Amino acid sequence: MSGQTITRADLSEAVYQQVGLSRNESAALVETVLDEICDALAQGESVKISSFGSFAVRQKGQRIGRNPKTGEEVPILPRRVLVFRASHVLREFINKRQ
Amino acid sequence: MTKSELILRLAEANPHLFHRDVERIVTTIFDEISEALARGDRVELRGFGAFSVKQRDARTGRNPRTGESVAVIDKIVPFFKTGKLLRERLNAD
Repeated sequence: MSGQTITRADLSEAVYQQVGLSRNESAALVETVLDEICDALAQGESVKISSFGSFAVRQKGQRIGRNPKTGEEVPILPRRVLVFRASHVLREFINKRQ
Repeated sequence: MTKSELILRLAEANPHLFHRDVERIVTTIFDEISEALARGDRVELRGFGAFSVKQRDARTGRNPRTGESVAVIDKIVPFFKTGKLLRERLNAD
């Protein structure tokens, strides 16, 4: 594992290199893509990106948790969580180049 | 929402862009994330979430139907942790 961290700036730069738009517009579009995905998920819609993976919203019921430090019981309220499942293509791609 | 629906929504919001450019933008973003993960890098998108990879050691698995032992080779698996902002948005109400 090389341990580099990729951020929005790197994605914007890649978009800038690949598509003939300005750096500013490339950055704005990366943001828009992420916003569209967030909006869909916030509405409970799942997002499937072929050959990458899918994001789905799952409803969790209430359960009793425990404060690991004090041992005290605390209720964990029902909530919605996001789960990501990588596609087979991505899984294979990641394992191919080591 | 599928990838093609995402492209359609973006194209509608950006009528000045060619459809094939919108397609290329979306493809580039996910390719870039995939490439980073293949290098063992982490992808951190504040507010959205972070992608990383985890090493899984080789182990002896079992076929749950027959109970037979099978060797499972070591592998690298992708992992996603939801960002704080998105997690809060999912539970906004």
